Amino acid sequence: MENNVIIDLKDISISFDGEKILDHLNLYIRDGEFITFLGPSGCGKTTTLRIIGGFLEPDSGEVIFSGKKINGVPPHKRQVNTIFQRYALFPNLNVYENIAFGLRLRKRSEKEIKAKVHEMLELVNLKGFQRRNIASLSGGQQQRVAIARALAVDPKVLLLDEPLGALDLKLRKDMQRELKNIQQRLGITFIYVTHDQEEALSMSDTVVVMDNGKIQQIGKPIDIYNEPKNAFVADFIGESNIVDGVMRKDFLVEIGGKSFACLDKGFAPGEKVDVVVRPEDIDIVPLEKSMLTGTVTSVTFMGIFYEIIVDIDNFKWMIQTTDKQDVGDVISLYIEPDAFHVMKKSEYSGQFGDYSSYSDEFEEMSDAAADPAAE
Amino acid sequence: MNQKPSLGKRLLAAPHLVWSALFIIAPLIMVVYYAFTDGNGSFTLSNITAIPDYADTFVLSIWLGLLATVISLIIAYPLAYFISQSKLPVQQTMIMLVMLPMWMNFLLRTYSWMTILEDNGIINTILTSVGLSSLRLINTRGAVVLGMVYDFLPYMILPIYSVMVKLDHSLIEACQDLGGNKWDVFSKVILPNSISGIVSGITMVFVPSVSTFYISQKLGGTSTQLIGDVIERQFMTANNYHLGAALSLVLMVLILVCMAIMNHFSDGEIETGRISA
Repeated sequence: MENNVIIDLKDISISFDGEKILDHLNLYIRDGEFITFLGPSGCGKTTTLRIIGGFLEPDSGEVIFSGKKINGVPPHKRQVNTIFQRYALFPNLNVYENIAFGLRLRKRSEKEIKAKVHEMLELVNLKGFQRRNIASLSGGQQQRVAIARALAVDPKVLLLDEPLGALDLKLRKDMQRELKNIQQRLGITFIYVTHDQEEALSMSDTVVVMDNGKIQQIGKPIDIYNEPKNAFVADFIGESNIVDGVMRKDFLVEIGGKSFACLDKGFAPGEKVDVVVRPEDIDIVPLEKSMLTGTVTSVTFMGIFYEIIVDIDNFKWMIQTTDKQDVGDVISLYIEPDAFHVMKKSEYSGQFGDYSSYSDEFEEMSDAAADPAAE
Repeated sequence: MNQKPSLGKRLLAAPHLVWSALFIIAPLIMVVYYAFTDGNGSFTLSNITAIPDYADTFVLSIWLGLLATVISLIIAYPLAYFISQSKLPVQQTMIMLVMLPMWMNFLLRTYSWMTILEDNGIINTILTSVGLSSLRLINTRGAVVLGMVYDFLPYMILPIYSVMVKLDHSLIEACQDLGGNKWDVFSKVILPNSISGIVSGITMVFVPSVSTFYISQKLGGTSTQLIGDVIERQFMTANNYHLGAALSLVLMVLILVCMAIMNHFSDGEIETGRISA
């Protein structure tokens, strides 16, 4: 495993104006993988990307590329290329010259350049666009030119800084699929930065969830979703009900005084924990199968399902269901043992996971954090 | 967009149209009229045929104007780049300093150069006081070019600065990212993307430099007669409005030709894909 590591970040820290942006970050990236840095704005994901690209120097720590330390190596001498947030295409050059730009800097022959540009245009589905002005292209087309321009110089690693942020939803979905295809076809490493969790989950081999300059979790998309490490990850990736619980023993967790079977183990008996239950894992059942009962306080039609907020002992749970419920209904709920996910307490405990803000009782929002609301 | 502008919109344009008609179109017609008539108001080409006598003056005016423009560009371009790369408060201060001389009266500024360059002026006083021989500074072509550069430099700096400050920094990063060193960044990104600023800067310095008369009178003495001086003399002393108008007309045409040549060069940039504003 160690030998196909292409980029290794060792103990990277950086501050701007006294504010810590990256805090002792350690991360290795395997050759050929699609890895995504995911997090809210200000979490340090773009900063990490810019350090790899050479546009920023870390205050401390080492950047290793293919086994060699590359701290201090300027961007133009690194074998990585970047797709910039707003494409950064050269407005004074046409599509052909934009794509040829890196090749011309490398003093390739005219014949070679022509062949490569046409290969790239084909790769990004822009055949026949070579003479077009950049300003005459749509956002999606500009995006494709940016991809072609970066890939034309055969980078080992492609850095993508929220590349689809400016596109509308439909186009974004198409481009996600296309980017993934390109990555698989070329077999090069893609390092992708986004704050869109759906994008991260659907495209990546590996997701790195970041917050406050620290990595919160690294893993495959499905593991990040099913086994979040703390309340932050659980809340940021998808919708989550996060409640306080106590681990009674292996495979038995107590929430609000009731015990539930679960699949988690390895906690000390009596250890206080955070318990995550995804809204789609809660079933509405007839009264006789009931584990929990609550009152519906809000119903939102989402298209494929209804998103309903249920008040269970003053804690607001979100449930996604295809069965229509009405506000004020008292419903019975059932949760499978594998739907409980137990996490250790963290600095994020109590900050997330209650859906009070969905109801009209806004004053409960502030109470929720202080109150052991799962009672 | 294709709709006819409403009455209200057309009314909004009215003051400008009236202004243009009164103060741009009408004087132009008068210039042409005077240029092709004699004292009795009958048609003649004699004013135009007299122009070749002033060919040397035209050449000198264009030459000194070009010189001043090139020097201004050489000074202004790096300065504009430096300002545009500075932090915002520094930028504001620097631009303020560039504009400050423009708040002072143009005549006053030229006069102060006289007191600096005169035979008994500040520079020569300093030179003689340290035991060096005094220099001939005033009433030279160099002094005229200096005056032009000094007076018109801000008109070169400002348009170049305003283009550079709008340049997307990620273009520079993109160039570095694709393998460009500092020189490549300058020659392939910054320079081509600031051409429009350079073109307007050149226009705004060259045109007033070529047609100036005041600077050449005060700093060039009798040795440096520019076409502006000749035209002024036709109107103010010789009272030959017809020759004056003919000279103005030819000067206008010459400037137009110069501008056309320059635009042709900058259009060359557009040919390769540059978007014009």
